[in-house]
Amino acid sequence: MSDRAIPDVRAKEADKKAPRGTSLADHPLVQLTLVRFYEFIREPEALFWVFAFPILLAAGLGIAFRNRPAEVLKIAVVTPEIAQSLRQEKLLEVQQLESGAAEEALRTGKVALLAAPGSRGTVVYRYDDTNPEGRAAHMLADRAIQKAAGRVDPISTSDQLMREPGSRYIDFLIPGLLGMNLMGSAIWSMGFAIVDARRKKLLKRLVASPMPRHYFLLSFLLSRILLLVVEVAALLGFGALLFHVPIRGSLLDLAVLCLLGSFSFCALGLLLASRAKTIEAASGLMNVVMMPMWIASGVFFSSQNFPGLMQPFIKALPLTAVIDALRANILQGSNLAQMAPQVGIMAFWLVTCFALALKLFRWR
Amino acid sequence: MPEIASNSALRVHRLRKAYKDVVAVDGLDLELQAGECFGLLGPNGAGKTTTVEICEGLTEPDSGDVEVLGQRWSSNAAQLRQRLGIQLQDTQLSEKLTVFETVRLFRSFFRQGAEAPEVIARVQLEEKQKSRVGDLSGGQKQRLALACALVGDPDFLFLDEPTTGLDPQARRQLWELIEEFKQSGRTILLTTHYMDEAERLCDRVAIMDHGREIALGTPRELIASTCAEQMVEFTAGSASKALDVPALRRIEGVREVRTENGAVLMQVTELHTSVPALLAELTRQNVPLTELRTHSATLEDVFVTLTGRHLRDE
Repeated sequence: MSDRAIPDVRAKEADKKAPRGTSLADHPLVQLTLVRFYEFIREPEALFWVFAFPILLAAGLGIAFRNRPAEVLKIAVVTPEIAQSLRQEKLLEVQQLESGAAEEALRTGKVALLAAPGSRGTVVYRYDDTNPEGRAAHMLADRAIQKAAGRVDPISTSDQLMREPGSRYIDFLIPGLLGMNLMGSAIWSMGFAIVDARRKKLLKRLVASPMPRHYFLLSFLLSRILLLVVEVAALLGFGALLFHVPIRGSLLDLAVLCLLGSFSFCALGLLLASRAKTIEAASGLMNVVMMPMWIASGVFFSSQNFPGLMQPFIKALPLTAVIDALRANILQGSNLAQMAPQVGIMAFWLVTCFALALKLFRWR
Repeated sequence: MPEIASNSALRVHRLRKAYKDVVAVDGLDLELQAGECFGLLGPNGAGKTTTVEICEGLTEPDSGDVEVLGQRWSSNAAQLRQRLGIQLQDTQLSEKLTVFETVRLFRSFFRQGAEAPEVIARVQLEEKQKSRVGDLSGGQKQRLALACALVGDPDFLFLDEPTTGLDPQARRQLWELIEEFKQSGRTILLTTHYMDEAERLCDRVAIMDHGREIALGTPRELIASTCAEQMVEFTAGSASKALDVPALRRIEGVREVRTENGAVLMQVTELHTSVPALLAELTRQNVPLTELRTHSATLEDVFVTLTGRHLRDE
């Protein structure tokens, strides 16, 4: 019965037809990936959220929490001679005032110290010794006056300033933002694209064509890799150029971490998009899943701030694993073996979500 | 089992599909010959789309048997997909892609067929090649959907309500394209609730209602089967002077009389005897005639005769 097929109409005229172009660009996987890519870059909002937003956030927070240079202390003097000596010290801002006004300034805390002449050429410092500013001002003022009077230090010393990149807030922040970005871009790009295509019955149209179904999924991962390179390079490049954030670990390890992290989130996004039929439902679901991770996974502050009871759960979140691993690579230079727990958690989420998504996924 | 001619393009046997408590398709049998354009007609909810989607391998039937181009979905799905051209009801293609990118994407799924620019030219969208799908008119979008269905040079084309919602000019343009495909001798299964569309394009039609086939034949046969070739429609009488409808049934050559929104519809065999007789009867009843129209019976009349309802009542 099975060979009772109708003769293929095309077979008769097959020889008349030009052979199919076999260039790589005509491969369905290439076409599907290209289409993903076009759809993404033609959506200005998506471009903003994926590329501009994390950089703006890093810039804003980096500036707000920058390490300020050592503060200049304000002191008051009553004679020009003393003022002359003290102005040699750059960390002091010297104001020469009438003695009444100087007393008033000291009392109200506008200056940290008042230097006045005592009897027989001595200098009297008046300050609050319980106030660190007062004590610092005293040391600086005394050193300046002794130096101006000709004191020579018996031992010559030099300063080496420790303002080391890697321990500042911006250093903590950049890997956190990178992790957040990996999560957001993967989940949103998977979730919205799939649910939108299902809503428009485009998914149904695609499965009505001979498109191999796994190519559809693969095209998402391929386009994700393409965009991932740009995303990661933009954020890390920005951190390195503007804030001198170091990358201490191996770049290859970093690439592996970004890829694994991004694919775990893709699997999560696929799972979240496996059934939803409207953008509203999908976006609600995605926010519910991502919100706890934005808060608890240590993007902006250490996840250690949460109580010990919650730590095991927080550690098991994919974003916590990604961010912890990124920080270990970028800031401490750890290698992949040292991040085995985090890598394991990412792999677990990847496999579990993907398996569930394949079971639950509906093309219509 | 009787031996079936080897040139049947589609065989549907005792097909049944229910959604929850609604029976969408209720024991349907169909057989399409290779090379014919077959129309599935019926109102919304008659089960046309469900039937077509089962034939397209998109929906699993509850029971029954479907054979497309001599093959079954269960065993030859991948091969079948290469030979079918499918246009679904209200698919929205991606709005951010251009016409060319869309056709090229679908082209990449098929092993053979004309290249994208040629297919785009065939549906007369050359000038729109670089336009975004979102910027196309309704008719242009439908032609693009047709291009995506034709791109694999199919042996069998499924069109689910291809012209619904289009203006008359866009519909005619699409009809011409479908007729062109018909010329090449391939098979088409088309669903529509437009009678004029079925009469113009289809070699044979099946009228469906409530998941069943209620009539089958060429459009001419179906119209002839109502035993009346001509329709007379008129309005007569007033509030003060009502029309005696039963009296009309006694006029010679009148098959059926019914009233609808104040108008009277009569099926007659011969206009040249029935119309003078009608006028004489109205004169006898002394009711004034306000409107009189005659037309050849259409598939719409067939449907109304069979079901007592209009196709687009819903």
